[in-house]
Amino acid sequence: MTTAAPLLDVAGLTIQFPTGTPVIDFGFAVAEGETVAVVGESGSGKSLTALAIMRLLPRSAKIAAGRIRFAGRDLLALPEPEMRRVRGREIAMIFQEPMTSLNPVLTVGRQIAEVLRLHEGLSAEAARTRSIELLDLVRVADPHRRVDDYPHRLSGGMRQRVMIAMAVACRPHLLIADEPTTALDVTIQAQVLDLLDRLRRDLGMALVLITHDLGIVGQWADRVVVMYAGRRAEEAEAGILLDDPLHPYTRGLLAASPRLDTSLHYTAGPLREIPGSIASAIAQPGCPFVPRCPLALPSCRLKPPPLEEVRPGRFVACPVTTAGERADAVAVGR
Amino acid sequence: MAIVELAPEAPVVAPAVGTWRALRAFLRNPAAVIATLFLLLVTLIAIAAPLIYPEDPLSMVARPFLWPGQNPKFPLGSDSLGRDVAAGLVWGARISLVIGIAAMALGVTIGIVVGATAGYFGGRIDDALVRLIEIFQTTPSFLMLVVLVAIAEPRVESITVAIALVTWPTIARLVRAEFRSLREKDFVTAARGLGYGHARIIFIEILPNALPPIIVTSSVIVASAILMESALSFMGLGDPNRISWGSMIGAGREMLRTAWYLTLIPGIAIVLTVLALNLIGDALNDALNPRLSAER
Repeated sequence: MTTAAPLLDVAGLTIQFPTGTPVIDFGFAVAEGETVAVVGESGSGKSLTALAIMRLLPRSAKIAAGRIRFAGRDLLALPEPEMRRVRGREIAMIFQEPMTSLNPVLTVGRQIAEVLRLHEGLSAEAARTRSIELLDLVRVADPHRRVDDYPHRLSGGMRQRVMIAMAVACRPHLLIADEPTTALDVTIQAQVLDLLDRLRRDLGMALVLITHDLGIVGQWADRVVVMYAGRRAEEAEAGILLDDPLHPYTRGLLAASPRLDTSLHYTAGPLREIPGSIASAIAQPGCPFVPRCPLALPSCRLKPPPLEEVRPGRFVACPVTTAGERADAVAVGR
Repeated sequence: MAIVELAPEAPVVAPAVGTWRALRAFLRNPAAVIATLFLLLVTLIAIAAPLIYPEDPLSMVARPFLWPGQNPKFPLGSDSLGRDVAAGLVWGARISLVIGIAAMALGVTIGIVVGATAGYFGGRIDDALVRLIEIFQTTPSFLMLVVLVAIAEPRVESITVAIALVTWPTIARLVRAEFRSLREKDFVTAARGLGYGHARIIFIEILPNALPPIIVTSSVIVASAILMESALSFMGLGDPNRISWGSMIGAGREMLRTAWYLTLIPGIAIVLTVLALNLIGDALNDALNPRLSAER
């Protein structure tokens, strides 16, 4: 559960481009040491939200409304030089493409050392020693030799480990991992996620895990925020969300994921899909999910459904499915 | 799915990393090796000029119009004023190389700063700097060079600065184009995410990636700077107190029919040096561009 003062608090975030508004009134909070997964399909605005927190949005994007508070500070109001001290030192970010996120002409040791020299003012020699320690920390085999390798000599998983080493070099309070395992092999995925989870515990970081893969949510996240077309569709503790999804979109996503339960295994029958595409959400006056929703009512097309807290810490933006749920909640409360 | 995603393993960005590979490719090119050796020889001669010919090359030491081979003391003969042509050639190498390299260094520095600023920041800064580059590029560069040298006193320093001023736009355009594509790369976004400032990103992250084309162009710029200096000296706008290959040609021009060796000898020196620099530039281009060399 969220404590009184979360480490990161995003509220009412609206990101505008000249051509559209990909993130609308989005919000979530992250407590210290917590892992929050932000889940959604491509184009739902997850990465933009992450970039907005880092204040690294492309120039054509504008934060039209909202508030991003981090450790008691308003990040959107910080002057750029101060924001630069936050990036990499207090909030670090890992990008989805380990193949291209490392500089091809610098050795990995040099790239890790650069972060340390900037933020911790280490000497070249101390930074190198520390780089080797960090490579060891992220379980890169033979760090003494690897430190002098160029990125093209490393595999994708290794490169992602190097990216993680750079991200945690200055012991940030918050690590944002934007699809950290999308480009990786399935076996490597689990290793990288385990590594992130171990570092989170060892270094006392909070972790925001941005992903489109609900399969990794249950095992590694404390809380899940489901994002659709730039809005928060549902938010709950990971176990609750997986067992009892309320929003039709979350239900669709879960039904579309292959699982080991025999009833849902792909050999037992075809996987269900969500019809249509997220592009249909553009210019919907009502709920953005209406064109794809099996439960849509005429009233859903009129105005966006409000996000309601059906139980403490459990938010759903769907009046259709929560109508019964709220009655239950009241009944249980009595 | 996983297999498909593993495919981009191979060449993501041309690994400009292979310094050794590039060096090997360079050394496999015989023209480049000969050109490099020749240039090393010229450089050695230029450095050793005061040892080979301790006397001022502008002093009259022999009978005028000695033909090459006529007097073993003056193997390349003497000019209309009795100056030793061999001494002039040796000292002229000094001026040519010093001006060529210094003008290149200055021009490339200005070009990198302007081009990197324009390409990295984009927007209005880019617009303003591109206009500036265009002003320089639309003015006939040799004309501007003549005007600049004529305004300032013709001395080695002013000629160097003037040549740098007319060559930097070439480098600036090149660097700008490189930076415009490199600034969109993921590793630049990642660097910003680590809190790096603009200067750190420009010089530590992006510039090393943009170096290969800059290096190639630099060797060609040295060659064209040598040509420009020669042309200036030929027109009598060189440093009057220094002998240069161009001024030797300029002085020999009047005797072209009778004593053509006075024009030919420094002319050959210029042609060979410029040719060597261009060959090196070509070889560097092939060696530093792995895609090109792979196609051969």
